[in-house]
Amino acid sequence: MSVLVDDDTRVVVQGITGGEGKFHAGQMIEYGTNVVAGAVPGKGGQEVHGVPVYDTVAQAVEEEDADASVIFVPPAFAGDAIFEALDTDLELAVAITEGVPTQDMAKVNKRLTETDTRLIGPNCPGLITPGEAKLGILPGNIFSEGDVGLVSRSGTLTYQVVDSLTNRGIGQTTAIGIGGDPIIGTDFVDALELFENDPDTKAIVMCGEIGGEDEEEAAAYIDEHVDTPVAGFIAGRTAPPGKRMGHAGAIVSGSGTGTAESKIDALNDAGVPVGDTPEEVADHIEDLL
Amino acid sequence: MKLHEYQAKQVFADAGIPTPDSQLASDVDGVLTAAEEIGYPVAVKAQVQVGGRGKAGGIKLADDEDEAREAAESILGMDLKGYHVDRVLVEQAVDFTDELYVGITMDRGEGKPVAMVSTKGGVDIEEVAEETPDAIAREHVDPAFGMHPYQARKAVYDADVDPDLARDVSSVLTTLYQLWDDRDGADAEINPLMVTADDEVIAADAVMNIDEDALFRQPELAEMEEEAASGDELEQKADEYGFDYVRLEGNVGIIGNGAGLVMTTLDLVDHYGGEPANFLDVGGGAKADRIANALDMVFSDENVDSVVFNIFGGITRGDEVAKGINEALGQFDEIPKPVVVRLAGTNWEEGMEILNEDLVTVEQTLEDAVQRAVEYAEGEQ
Repeated sequence: MSVLVDDDTRVVVQGITGGEGKFHAGQMIEYGTNVVAGAVPGKGGQEVHGVPVYDTVAQAVEEEDADASVIFVPPAFAGDAIFEALDTDLELAVAITEGVPTQDMAKVNKRLTETDTRLIGPNCPGLITPGEAKLGILPGNIFSEGDVGLVSRSGTLTYQVVDSLTNRGIGQTTAIGIGGDPIIGTDFVDALELFENDPDTKAIVMCGEIGGEDEEEAAAYIDEHVDTPVAGFIAGRTAPPGKRMGHAGAIVSGSGTGTAESKIDALNDAGVPVGDTPEEVADHIEDLL
Repeated sequence: MKLHEYQAKQVFADAGIPTPDSQLASDVDGVLTAAEEIGYPVAVKAQVQVGGRGKAGGIKLADDEDEAREAAESILGMDLKGYHVDRVLVEQAVDFTDELYVGITMDRGEGKPVAMVSTKGGVDIEEVAEETPDAIAREHVDPAFGMHPYQARKAVYDADVDPDLARDVSSVLTTLYQLWDDRDGADAEINPLMVTADDEVIAADAVMNIDEDALFRQPELAEMEEEAASGDELEQKADEYGFDYVRLEGNVGIIGNGAGLVMTTLDLVDHYGGEPANFLDVGGGAKADRIANALDMVFSDENVDSVVFNIFGGITRGDEVAKGINEALGQFDEIPKPVVVRLAGTNWEEGMEILNEDLVTVEQTLEDAVQRAVEYAEGEQ
């Protein structure tokens, strides 16, 4: 039915007493997510939305058996919060925080090779298994249960594409927003592997954008390892070189790599149809299912 | 955030990297005084944030006072690729026998810093990287440990740097890495690192890009930011408002929430035969005043003939967006440019109830909204 999260996932919210953490913990609980604890240094003993708050993630894991974390910690402390999650051997850590310094993420990236925890983000909307659980800030109401897996570097673009799918009665197994930063945890290849191994995922949507070479790598991976049909979308066809388009990773370098064209070509060569518009992506998925 | 050359040089010099004597000047007399103190020959270099300054006439050598005056008069006040030059760096002209390149950047594919050395300095290093990638020696660095001295030596030997220079170049590279690490660099480059007749090395140019997300812990560099800001008035305004904004060539103004969705909106404008005037991301959770600021931004661009507002709310709420649009447009007796609005996601229905449809054109889907905005920009009402 899903990858990574379902209604058994026991979630600790790091930063649950902050504005964003509090609001979205409430939204997650309302959606049905099994939020079992919060973790905020110095706020141990409090309750938020009826959920106990602990001073450390380790305490939350020990007392409440949490196995996943969602991180709503300000950028200056987010790197440390991710390290804390990784050092507690959680199965999954989802970092929503936008604006984490890249050098902090390079150190996190190194640490990831030494632990079994999977990281999603930072600067991402999180992930959702419709009807079961959402970890992050995605608006639950636009998603529906079904058999399409979705992975995207952009939050609002995810919503746009999901809306097109849902409006046609095409539901989703799990939708994962991996974030648009230069250094992230789970990437396209990781997500594609998860969906490929999920018997309930019958087709995959992959939404990429300009910058970096992650989409090209994903295309090569699809060509070699993915039998589940994939349809794609690449944002930023009209982006000029050298300008950063919002996401820290979304910049076309001067030497012609990381362009929308090179990504679309790579995907097409791997047999992946790429829509010119979000509606066309939904058309392709209809054809593929 | 990119430092000006004179700022980067100061940061490099403070860290112990050899740099030529130099002084900043903003008028002809200042240039002459500086040149006198430094001693001829000098280079007079425009301090603007564009590449190819030399080719565009922004860098001139002067052997004496007359030439310095001439250089100062031609460079100060000039328009260099759209940037007004109001300051120059007067710098000791180094007599060199060779030019090297050294740089540190983040290799995003590897998720690690990479140190680079090349004997092909003094030219466009991006071209070298593309045409003869083997001419650049690369050494990845473990961000947790930093660069070991052997790695700097390895990069230098791999690049076939003259053995007599190996120690000095390794030392510069090690210092540059430490600086990059301490100051939250995105890129730090010296091109060229000049070699003098006495086999000494000296940084004739200095490039330093700082990770903007890390400025909170780099207060000294953050203070430099204002000086380094773009010369484009609209981009400065966007900085003040705190928007991600890129000015483009077309006439359809674009406002949306979330980088991927805004880029997609640009692409759809293009798809339907229009030309985007800008990229403007209001970010997540924008309140009414921010929405009003976004409209102010786009209306300030004379090239804009129509505006499309594309909001798919997650954190952002449709009612706040509608309030902001009403407030911003309510001030006008006549709306300056037609505005098309598409609201979806969180609280879109509340938003639609609030939105004053006398002021804007409402469309339900992204495709319809973009097509309508393109029609308006083409003058079809």
